[in-house]
Amino acid sequence: MLKTQTPILAESPAAPPKAASTTGRDLMIFGGLLLLLAAAPLVLYPVFLMKVLCFALFALAFNLLIGYVGLLSFGHAMFFGGAAYVSAYTVKAWGWTPELGILAGTACAGVLGAVVGSLAIRRQGIYFAMVTLALAQMFFFFCLQAPFTGGEDGIQGVPRRPILGLIDTTRDINLYFVVLAIFALGFLVIYRTIHSPFGQVLKAIRENEPRAISLGYRTDQYKLLAFVISATLAGLAGATKAVVFQLASLTDVAWQMSGEVVLMTLVGGLGTVFGPIVGAAVIITMQNYLAGFGEWVLVIQGAIFVVVVLLFRRGIVGELAAFLGRRT
Amino acid sequence: MFELIGIPPQALFGQLMLGLINGAFYALLSLGLAVIFGLLNVINFTHGAQYMMGAFVAWMLLNWVGVPYWGALIIAPVLVGAFGIVLERLFLSRLYHLDHLYGLLLTFGLALILEGLFRSQFGSSGLPYGNPLPGGTNLGFMFLPWYRAWVVGFSLFVCLATWFVIERTKLGSYLRAATERPDLVQAFGVNVPRMITLTYGFGVGLAALAGVLAAPAYQVSPTMGSNLIIIVFAVVVIGGMGSILGSVITGFGLGIVEGLTKVFYPEASATVIFVVMAIVLLVRPAGLFGTAK
Repeated sequence: MLKTQTPILAESPAAPPKAASTTGRDLMIFGGLLLLLAAAPLVLYPVFLMKVLCFALFALAFNLLIGYVGLLSFGHAMFFGGAAYVSAYTVKAWGWTPELGILAGTACAGVLGAVVGSLAIRRQGIYFAMVTLALAQMFFFFCLQAPFTGGEDGIQGVPRRPILGLIDTTRDINLYFVVLAIFALGFLVIYRTIHSPFGQVLKAIRENEPRAISLGYRTDQYKLLAFVISATLAGLAGATKAVVFQLASLTDVAWQMSGEVVLMTLVGGLGTVFGPIVGAAVIITMQNYLAGFGEWVLVIQGAIFVVVVLLFRRGIVGELAAFLGRRT
Repeated sequence: MFELIGIPPQALFGQLMLGLINGAFYALLSLGLAVIFGLLNVINFTHGAQYMMGAFVAWMLLNWVGVPYWGALIIAPVLVGAFGIVLERLFLSRLYHLDHLYGLLLTFGLALILEGLFRSQFGSSGLPYGNPLPGGTNLGFMFLPWYRAWVVGFSLFVCLATWFVIERTKLGSYLRAATERPDLVQAFGVNVPRMITLTYGFGVGLAALAGVLAAPAYQVSPTMGSNLIIIVFAVVVIGGMGSILGSVITGFGLGIVEGLTKVFYPEASATVIFVVMAIVLLVRPAGLFGTAK
């Protein structure tokens, strides 16, 4: 009993393959969610909502790896923060338009993902987590020393230029709908990925990698591609965040950020379609209310980790789905 | 000879000594991680926080109770180890039947809690801890502070003693057997759960011991653990967790590599261990002393 191990997430609700019929329902839920988000600025601050959307996309990208390939990356901040630096720098120093800056940041995150991924997938399980954490820390030190990142100050005051020459982004509400569109695009890419034949192979790797290999799949290539997609979308989230908050700083690449995205996904539900969105909303809201408590935020975040791991491993959406007796 | 490449021997050996001290901490911490992982199948993310706690307990013993360094060297590891045992019984023991990653996430959460508590109590800046062994000796090519010599010598002794206990004694043979087949060992009448608990306490105690040793060498600060643990993870990836001596050699070796980098290319000294890790992953993915898997 002591050494028997169940595969990662074996008790998560998403573990069994889904029936095709859930696709329609998922997309209906997502459509409803988009409508809700489109109306949300009427009652909530657009800047707060944009923060939630950026982190929700970040958590969705992270969830693609942990939830559907079973790889725990403890270094996703490097893609998020790296892309934030690139988009902030290109927009501020080179005078690029925001959409080009976001594209550049996203592309850089993808390239970084290919390099880091090809190293990290050489080890499995626990070692994978340690390798990604260590490489992200290396990237952190690189950002700390590199001349273009502005060191401890970061890149501040990134100008908000019109997007596509049309949309005036100095008005938060305009930018909000741009961010919402980016978020929706990212969600659909991930949704398409996990419901494609490629995604089925990923799930097969998660459940039993030796068996997937014996069936003739080159699992390393699948894992690497999944890692690159995840890193790219994490970069998209980070690059967008830099444009929204006009800021890229060391906070974005620090290991605490990697921990935060793990927490968001865990709270929402590892391996669920909507869990990361819910988790990001919960954690960002919590941070908003606890901002005045200083160091206690760390304690509370740690306590949430402990409680969720011990009692609610399926996360909010996972528990809800189990309660409703169907799979989300 | 050293003047030829423009490095005065004082600076070279001074940095080598600092490297060896860092290596001593890497060795003690990665040894504790390896011992814990062997039996519990948990990567103890709290290890860094427990190292930090060791340093803080030493500081509290000195400033609040008046127990000097040499007393703290024994009391702090015992106290922190006992605290580790409580954590294991309360939380970790509930996760052994699950994937390793849940253990990592749980101990990460515990590390955040501990770091946050100490930060709210003591602030983020460091507290000084007096050097119990001031002075040193001039070896001709370098000045050797007594305390640094003591740290390197004592941690080497502790590492070798741990190796001896695990590889050469009856208790160690039980431990190694339980690492392979806990169910069989339990069937032979050994209380494996208690052994697991005590092993965790021992690993945590090693981390706290490293913390006490670090207190006079560095400042005592709440963030000292989280900065170190990530490097130690890289050390563990480089060395692999299969071999006790392997962890010790890798720890000291990487400390020396880091020290040398500080002399010849200081800009890279913060990242050199991660670069070594990347190279090892390319050349020998299982780690220098690791076996496949």
